[in-house]
Amino acid sequence: MTVRKGWMTAALTAALALSAGAADAATKISFYYPVAVGGPITKIIDGYVAEFEKENPGIDVEPVYSGSYQDTITKVLTALKGGDAPQVAVILSTDMYTLIDEDAVVPFDDLVKTDADKAFLDAFYPAFMENSRTGGKTWGIPFQRSTIVAYWNKDAFREAGLDPEAAPQTWDELLAMATRLTRRDGNGNVTQWGVQIPSSGFPYWLFQALTTQNDVRLMNEAGTETYYNDPAVVEALQYWVDLANTHKVHPPGIVEWGTTPKDFFEGKAAMVWTTTGNLTNVRKNAPFPFGVAMLPEKKRRGSPTGGGNFYIFKSATPEQRDAAFKLVQWMTTPERAARWGIDTGYVAVRPDAWETPAMKAYVADFPPAAVARDQLPHAWAELSTHENQRVTKALNDGLQAALTGAKTPAQAMEDAQKEADRILKAYR
Amino acid sequence: MPLRIATQVHGWLLLLPAAVLLVAFTHYPAMAALWNSLHSTPRGSRPARFVGLDQYAAMAQDPIFLQSLMNNALFVLGTVPLSIALALAMALWVNGRLRGRTALRVAYFTPTVLPMIAVANIWLFFYTPGYGLLDQITGLFGLPAHNWLGDRSTALPALMAVTVWKEAGFFMIFYLAALQSIPPTLREAADLEGAGRWTFFRRVTFPLLMPTTLFVLVNAIINAFRLVDHVIVMTRGGPDNATALLLFYIYEVGFRYWDTGYAAALTAVLLAILVVLAIGQFLYLDRKVHYR
Repeated sequence: MTVRKGWMTAALTAALALSAGAADAATKISFYYPVAVGGPITKIIDGYVAEFEKENPGIDVEPVYSGSYQDTITKVLTALKGGDAPQVAVILSTDMYTLIDEDAVVPFDDLVKTDADKAFLDAFYPAFMENSRTGGKTWGIPFQRSTIVAYWNKDAFREAGLDPEAAPQTWDELLAMATRLTRRDGNGNVTQWGVQIPSSGFPYWLFQALTTQNDVRLMNEAGTETYYNDPAVVEALQYWVDLANTHKVHPPGIVEWGTTPKDFFEGKAAMVWTTTGNLTNVRKNAPFPFGVAMLPEKKRRGSPTGGGNFYIFKSATPEQRDAAFKLVQWMTTPERAARWGIDTGYVAVRPDAWETPAMKAYVADFPPAAVARDQLPHAWAELSTHENQRVTKALNDGLQAALTGAKTPAQAMEDAQKEADRILKAYR
Repeated sequence: MPLRIATQVHGWLLLLPAAVLLVAFTHYPAMAALWNSLHSTPRGSRPARFVGLDQYAAMAQDPIFLQSLMNNALFVLGTVPLSIALALAMALWVNGRLRGRTALRVAYFTPTVLPMIAVANIWLFFYTPGYGLLDQITGLFGLPAHNWLGDRSTALPALMAVTVWKEAGFFMIFYLAALQSIPPTLREAADLEGAGRWTFFRRVTFPLLMPTTLFVLVNAIINAFRLVDHVIVMTRGGPDNATALLLFYIYEVGFRYWDTGYAAALTAVLLAILVVLAIGQFLYLDRKVHYR
């Protein structure tokens, strides 16, 4: 369906370009983008692209929906090795080092021509730029960026005798409330879990919320060291494991990322942690009043940032690079950043987007939309190192081993660190 | 003399298309992989250099490689005997005179015809915790939801079940063909001798099926090492590498981490394992097989 839509847009624009005559040969660029949350995202992107093409008749954009973030980086790297890289793509901000190591992307500093362009690079929230700059250059422009927020079911809170307007503020409160919210049937089977933190696919991201709250970093800024076996990291993991195995207020084993919103809608979990990118999805589908809160604190508040940046590829011709840069700027104007935020729930990536009339009206009508933004000052960069996929996998494996009870948290983190050291040795 | 040369040229020309394909798609890639496995992985700014057997030495230190090797061994043990036994049982059944046996044969063979990715997605739905078919059924009996693919102890068996379901129908076809080539006179002779059904199967049918069993066995083992699509769709090797099979790990190293040198070395190991297994099976079992 989405593929066909992309084809149709492409065919249509090709036809338009033809009918416009060969006099102004259009610059063609292909644009890969992933979808990681619920909702009709491909339709929205295709709509934006069509609009962009209308305003810029000299540029012909082919939007390609490329699956999950994982699929997208795989596809892009494969295409790159085959000499057929896209000119612009949305890829995880954390894949920056990988893309640089592969010599695949150009820094935006090379594309800047005017003062307005230069100002553009500084228009975004600093928390998002942590993952977008290294070595004094800007390699990515924030687009679908997020933080993790907590969603809670107000009806469930009321039934459990809790104040439906107050989300837990600390780890201890989270445990206490989750205990009261966990309900069992006659056979002792749980019908409603107190809290649910998904752990399939990319558990490191949700785990990084816990470590940030415990005031410990997972990596250095150069992306060459990790601190997986730090005692504070182990403590954070112990808390997560205890929620499930000791206190039994969190589903045991691996919790699916994909079905977590549905578990929330169906009342199987009273509180869930997931990306703010799911906000619009939850708003449309939750049959009960719900709240959105910043994550609770241990030593401090915290969440990793997440999500994707725009990258422009080195293999593009100068005209294509300029066209791609134009597209990136067009997609992230304050008005469009605001609209994208409203359409999806992702955090509008620049402060002035929140000053637009549309966004102001939206927040006034729906205050939870601002929670993720307000959490930004507490947010840290998402885990990102050289050989990112592999180093992150070492942590994912360790987390899943601990959550499934195969290893103790300390042992799991020790093993993960050993594996990360082995991989990163070459970069130190 | 010129005629002989012409014949020679003619012969070689006839061989050429097949030879080109074989070299281009089999021999050259295999040799290139072997060659690459002796070099470091080139990165954007660093070209490949000769490292000898370093990539192979690294395997001994790589826990995921060792685990995927272990998983693959378990996978072979869990799927091969079971799918062969099932295939044989199904073939014996649908070989008999029974109503609607064509429909039954089709039903058994269907899983083989379906595309792997579609099959994996259907099973993914079966296994979805809480909402999947399996959990809806167990839910009727008041059992709690179980995350089949998210639990270390059930993830690999869950994948094995899919493979057995898929492979058994395919192997059944071979057995069915073999069963139909057994002359009915043997059955009549056995009846005259007063042999029971079990004795007949054990002493006559099964030995006559041995060539097929050998063939199926070799194929089943190769398939078990070749499986990758189900893993990608259903678990991506998780949780904590519990379902990482060798070929999947090679895919990850090669196409997710782009460590092509190491992936080439892993490929060489996989190739060596398959060669050893195949030679072993032929040398050992060939002596026990009765060919007519």
